[in-house]
Amino acid sequence: MIAVIIPSQLTSYTGGATRVAADGATVAGVLDDLDARFPGLKFRVVDEQDRIRKHMRIFVGQDRCADIAGALREGDEVLIFGALSGG
Amino acid sequence: MSNAIQLLVGTRKGAWIYRSDDQRRHWRVQGPIFLGHIVNHLVSDPRDGRTLLMAAKTGHLGPTIFRSTDDGETWTEAARPPAFPKSEGDRGRAVDHTFWLSPGHASEPGVWWAGASPPGLFVSEDGGATWDSVAGFNDHPMYWKWCPEDGGTPDGALLNQILIDPRDARHMYLATSTGGVFESHDRAQTWAPLNKNVEASFYPDPFPEYGQDAHFIALSPPQPDRIYQQNHCGIYRLDRPSDTWDRIGKAMPPEIGDIGFTIVPHPRDADTAWVFPMDGAEVWPRTSPGGRPAVYKTRDAGTSWTRQDRGFPREQAWFTVKRQAFCADAAAPVGLYLGATNGELWMSEDEGDSWREIAAHLPEIYSVVAAPIP
Repeated sequence: MIAVIIPSQLTSYTGGATRVAADGATVAGVLDDLDARFPGLKFRVVDEQDRIRKHMRIFVGQDRCADIAGALREGDEVLIFGALSGG
Repeated sequence: MSNAIQLLVGTRKGAWIYRSDDQRRHWRVQGPIFLGHIVNHLVSDPRDGRTLLMAAKTGHLGPTIFRSTDDGETWTEAARPPAFPKSEGDRGRAVDHTFWLSPGHASEPGVWWAGASPPGLFVSEDGGATWDSVAGFNDHPMYWKWCPEDGGTPDGALLNQILIDPRDARHMYLATSTGGVFESHDRAQTWAPLNKNVEASFYPDPFPEYGQDAHFIALSPPQPDRIYQQNHCGIYRLDRPSDTWDRIGKAMPPEIGDIGFTIVPHPRDADTAWVFPMDGAEVWPRTSPGGRPAVYKTRDAGTSWTRQDRGFPREQAWFTVKRQAFCADAAAPVGLYLGATNGELWMSEDEGDSWREIAAHLPEIYSVVAAPIP
């Protein structure tokens, strides 16, 4: 299982949960698993070309994820952040 | 007969609904709805009088569509929002935001059309729950000519409007910020430019076949063969079957000009329409000309224009009105409504002769839609 940290912008999808567990061998797999349980969540984080949206950040542990095809290992922690600036 | 109206207001920071009494004198407010979301369009379905669809995103999150059937109290998100097909190449397009929502033809309940940025046409056949890319436009062989990647408005190039001929569900028009106006006779399967005599002053050939910036187009309700257009380069009228636009904005006062975002046709008189000019001089401030907001009205299909500014500030008012934020109801006399970039909501209950403020201090207003209260 992979632990996933959910930002405030997405807790409306997770019933308020800020930490959930998911299955997946890749970040994409984790997002698919989350989307199956929390419909709509994935599309708000990545676009239809599987690119991470401009003001979203995904980290695997301390490492920033640039490609959701990146592999995960058992026990990894995936952190999703909203990173918006401006008024 | 009741003239009670609801105003569906989309802003940069959420949506609000204002509902009037029978005389349109007093208004009560519902909202904010989805505070913090960028709401480009909030539209009611005239076919059932109760469904609301909202095009929304936030600064962080991807774009989506919300639907309500209980007057905006609760909302359901689209299971599959508008999105381009997955692409293997580098040119894979992704919807940044849905900009425009059109209920389908009266004979097609449940059908909705959406326009997006980057320019994209999408259709839903199930009331807005799932959306499909319309290949007839999005995959047209001319798409990248009509919608070049470096084109567009500050918030991104737009397919900013979809109009459906009320007499024929297969006959459609759309407007873009990069290619101008296009027409389809086969329910969006094929499209052709419709821009003859419309200026694009930012090209070496100022009257190209396509490449214009069609800020807003509107069919005259009593005469759907008449199309009014507020373009980046002036105000136009087209009477079909002609395909050559007439620049009716030439009759505007020269000190005001004919630049603006939007145009509103009268619901019963094909010769009457209103515009809200903005300053398009030199560096394009896009403010009320001279800091003195005014609507201009034509009653002769654009041969002449009359200034209507009673009730607006007389000086030092620099707001403007974006393309989806000026509309009319169908009452008699017609009510006009405009939402300003400074968050003020204005109305006229006498066809533009006088104006009064309904609300202030809202976020920047992106869209205002007037609909009867069901």
